[in-house]
Amino acid sequence: MDHFTEKLPSMDLMRSEKMTFVQIIIPAESAHRIITYLGQLGLLQFRDLNAEKSPFQRTFVNQVKRCAEMSRKLRFLMDQVNKAGIMSSHSVLQSDTNLEDIETQLAEHEHEIIEMNSNSEKLQQSYNELLEFKIVLQKACNFLVSSHGHALSEERELVENVYSNEDFVETPFLFEQETMPGPSKSNQSGLRFISGIICKSKVLRFERMLFRATRGNMLFNQAPADEQIMDPISTEMVEKTVFVVFFSGEQARTKILKICEAFGANCYPVPEDISKQRQITREVSSRLADLEATLDAGIRHRNKALSSVGGHLAKWMDMVRREKAVYDTLNMLNFDVTKKCLVGEGWCPIFAKAQIQDALQRATFDSNSQVGAILHSMDALESPPTYFRTNSFTNPYQEIVDAYGVARYQEANPAVYTTIIFPFLFAVMFGDWGHGICLLLGALVLIAHERKLSNQRLGSFMEMLFGGRYVLLLMSLFSMYCGLIYNEFFSVPFHIFGASAYKCRDSSCRDAHTTGLVKYREPYPFGVDPSWRGSRSELPFLNSLKMKMSILFGVVHMNLGILLSYFNAHFFGSSLDIRYQFVPQMIFLNSLFGYLSLLIVVKWCTGSQADLYHIMIYMFLSPFDNLGENELFWGQRPLQILLLLLALIAVPWMLFPKPFILKKLHNERFQGRNYGVLNTFEADLEVEPDSARQHHEEFNFNEVFVHQMIHSIEFVLGSVSNTASYLRLWALSLAHSELSTVFYEKVLLLAWGYDNLIIRLVGLVVFAFATAFILLMMETLSAFLHALRLHWVEFQNKFYHGDGYKFRPFSFATLTEDEN
Amino acid sequence: MYGFEAMTFNIHGGYLEAIVRGHRSGLLTTADYNNLCQCETLDDIKMHLSATEYGPYLQNEPSPLHTTTIVEKCTLKLVDDYKHMLCQATEPLSTFLEYITYGHMIDNVVLIVTGTLHERDVQELLEKCHPLGMFDSIATLAVAQNMRELYRLVLVDTPLAPYFPECITSEDLDDMSIEIMRNTLYKAYLEDFYRFCQKLGGATAEIMSDLLAFEADRRAVNITINSIGTELTRDDRRKLYSNFGLFYPYGHEELAVCEDIDQVRAVMEKYPPYQSIFAKLSYGESQMLDKAFYEEEVKRHCLAFEQQFHYAVFFAYMRLREQEIRNLMWISECVAQNQKSRVHDSVVFIF
Repeated sequence: MDHFTEKLPSMDLMRSEKMTFVQIIIPAESAHRIITYLGQLGLLQFRDLNAEKSPFQRTFVNQVKRCAEMSRKLRFLMDQVNKAGIMSSHSVLQSDTNLEDIETQLAEHEHEIIEMNSNSEKLQQSYNELLEFKIVLQKACNFLVSSHGHALSEERELVENVYSNEDFVETPFLFEQETMPGPSKSNQSGLRFISGIICKSKVLRFERMLFRATRGNMLFNQAPADEQIMDPISTEMVEKTVFVVFFSGEQARTKILKICEAFGANCYPVPEDISKQRQITREVSSRLADLEATLDAGIRHRNKALSSVGGHLAKWMDMVRREKAVYDTLNMLNFDVTKKCLVGEGWCPIFAKAQIQDALQRATFDSNSQVGAILHSMDALESPPTYFRTNSFTNPYQEIVDAYGVARYQEANPAVYTTIIFPFLFAVMFGDWGHGICLLLGALVLIAHERKLSNQRLGSFMEMLFGGRYVLLLMSLFSMYCGLIYNEFFSVPFHIFGASAYKCRDSSCRDAHTTGLVKYREPYPFGVDPSWRGSRSELPFLNSLKMKMSILFGVVHMNLGILLSYFNAHFFGSSLDIRYQFVPQMIFLNSLFGYLSLLIVVKWCTGSQADLYHIMIYMFLSPFDNLGENELFWGQRPLQILLLLLALIAVPWMLFPKPFILKKLHNERFQGRNYGVLNTFEADLEVEPDSARQHHEEFNFNEVFVHQMIHSIEFVLGSVSNTASYLRLWALSLAHSELSTVFYEKVLLLAWGYDNLIIRLVGLVVFAFATAFILLMMETLSAFLHALRLHWVEFQNKFYHGDGYKFRPFSFATLTEDEN
Repeated sequence: MYGFEAMTFNIHGGYLEAIVRGHRSGLLTTADYNNLCQCETLDDIKMHLSATEYGPYLQNEPSPLHTTTIVEKCTLKLVDDYKHMLCQATEPLSTFLEYITYGHMIDNVVLIVTGTLHERDVQELLEKCHPLGMFDSIATLAVAQNMRELYRLVLVDTPLAPYFPECITSEDLDDMSIEIMRNTLYKAYLEDFYRFCQKLGGATAEIMSDLLAFEADRRAVNITINSIGTELTRDDRRKLYSNFGLFYPYGHEELAVCEDIDQVRAVMEKYPPYQSIFAKLSYGESQMLDKAFYEEEVKRHCLAFEQQFHYAVFFAYMRLREQEIRNLMWISECVAQNQKSRVHDSVVFIF
């Protein structure tokens, strides 16, 4: 056996890669280049040797900070480019620029953009003010005219706005409104007004506040502005409302102005004189046009600057990210005593040692260093990481297994078997070759666009679908295969492999579905005979077939799991596990459910009418009774008694010996040190440091025994419940076929019964949607989940520990994905 | 329904309690503080904070940092957390969360009114306000000339309105009356909050009454110490104490007549929970009292997380975050002014 297993060709996926713990001694001058090359290679996982140091106490903290600062600038520029809506279509090809160049360029660009932004902000502000002023002028005149209409003639000369023409552009917020010293006494009680503009959302509160502050002695008029105005801070368009407040008294004026200020309302003076209004409106409009032109020019200029940067941004970001990763890795290294070398430690797969050596040499050569880097293997206490070399086909299966738990180092990898068994178990539940073809088309589309889609950023759902495209492919192929066996095409049977073996009892075929058919020729060559469909015995026949099939699959699947536990034990050289775990487990499972499978096969082959339930139940209840008509083969009764005895023996066999033997081994190992604890202090020192670790492994018999007991009970109970659990294959397959039958018969055929195009069309649409959403999506998901469960629980609990950790090499390839 | 919160609490409060406990585990630990205290520049602080929950808030700040920027961004995180929770909250949790911010509102009102009194720019004052205590018409506070106007114009719309009737006088505002107003408002606020928590019942009432009683007692002590040697009469002083807490009512009588710090100490040492506060202080010392109070407060707030199914965790989390921001501010100030030897003077470790 040993020779046989050793002669087998090594398969990458069977067990995880052999890893080795290496130490690299790097001369300081070539350190950066070496780490860069290693990052490109991506096969070395560095260990953080400075874990106890905080990030800013590490050696290369300044470089990391510089990179962070640069990526901040890059983010800023990216943000600006996105805001301006410039597509960076043309990526500029540029020969390798070094980091310092980028840094200076970035600083320049950032400075330039910030300056332009502040300029255009100022312009935008004055533009906004003018625009607001214009709107206020337009709207406020209406109020003034309407409210003053009748009283205007008398009060015209009493109320006058004095303002300076030059002043209003520079300080348009406030304006001085003064009453002319007039001869009349009504001058003091004169009505005055303030006009301005305010955000629409604040109007209500503003009005209320004004009302309170003036105790109601005011008149508030408002009108929505026609144009939206850009908010300078959020650069969003805001709706504003023009208002005019009429009031009297000096105190009220200061109060109102203060409130305006508090609410962020901009006040603009509006002359009452029509001719002056016209004049100002003209001026404002001309200035607005000027400003608009300037603003446009500024924006054009800025966009040009941004688009010139835009081409480089992606590349620069990538570079900076890499650079930061290199320095982060350098920070994980230790300086040796002389401060001339850096010392790094990490894990790498054994096959990669040559490549790493090569990368080190290239780096040494390229950086003109006199001393080369040294790589040598070391011993490590902790267990190595788990690393599988997967491709795009095996990766999703490995992911399915890893989602349960990452394999222990060098443990048998269930992903190898999952590649075929998983899609197959899925197909047993999803057997319908019509649905299979739909899935196949989907999978083929994904595979055909593989190159295009792999570069795109997909949504989370699409990403999942795309990642599992090969799983989908195999699932669809298998479900077509199973569908052919079940003979279902959207639940309709077809005569593909010749004519049916059955015919009607008479020519009219009236009682075909009530009393049954007559067999008149050889059985249908492949799969289920199409004549079963709709017959009286269709369900009992299919149920019996699928149920027995599920149990057969289950027993085989679980046996494979236990077999893998043998390979694990063999690989790790633990004969104890083989003798006292693998063997009794094998015996227990097969003497009960292996025997059941045997009975099923025998029953199928002989066509016997024996009742398998009865046999199994009375095997336990009264093993010595005669089987009667249920006997399938000669010597069945003694065989049953033997199997029952074996199963009974297997339980204590897997329960007791292992913990006692472990205890004995432990006692033997520490026999000489029995009174070491009582010794004096010197005696402790004599204990060599190597054995220090073993001292910590306290052997607690109770714990080991309880553990073993739990394991045994779990296995014994589990073998029953797991076998029953495989019946889900039958249940889901039944549900799937029944559901599709319902949709076919009760929707499509029913609609087809009418001689009406619309009803037929509606029926077709309903059928199509039900098929797509319920059968193709929901059922796929549920079958997927159940197949997943059968793998994770029923299969993997027989052998899989799954307590390892993944190999995470320092690699530039993985770097680009995470950020963003 | 005391004792049965577990049955129904999670219907409305479960998600947010999970959120707040998640936030709590993001608070800086002692190890973080130790590292922060070793920082040489503000950039080091930023770098260290970038690995914490503050990271996303600080990462886009250009390099010459200021203490105010750090504090501002850290406060922004707190505000974001708070707003998120408030958005998700249903009654009565949302009211409870709103109650938490009233303290800041009072502080902001006082800040603006005092600022206007000293003729400071309103915009500048607004920037100094705590963002949690903002309300719509806060800028209008500058308009008011006396208490009556203050109330009638602005505060009548705010949640603070019910606390105001006691302070309304027509006299003009000055520093003293503003300070009295602050304490009167605070007293009314604490009592109202206390009543609200009692109404909620269950573990919330139990834990919150403990936390609020501590708050009230601390304020009572602070009022006493601050009013020693001022023209505030004993009766007026007595009126500013909240009507609950451990000191209520007998302790208040004694505090009201205190004339120096040692008398305050003598009063407090009669109450076992407060004995430990003074245990570390020598006689006549009052500077370190604040820190001792903060430490005690943090301890109590941390304990609030030990029990489940109650609202006090939200209060405790907000207070702990605020303490953390105070710590960060102190550390940043010390680092910025090269006073690293004094870093430990005022930092209160949370865990």
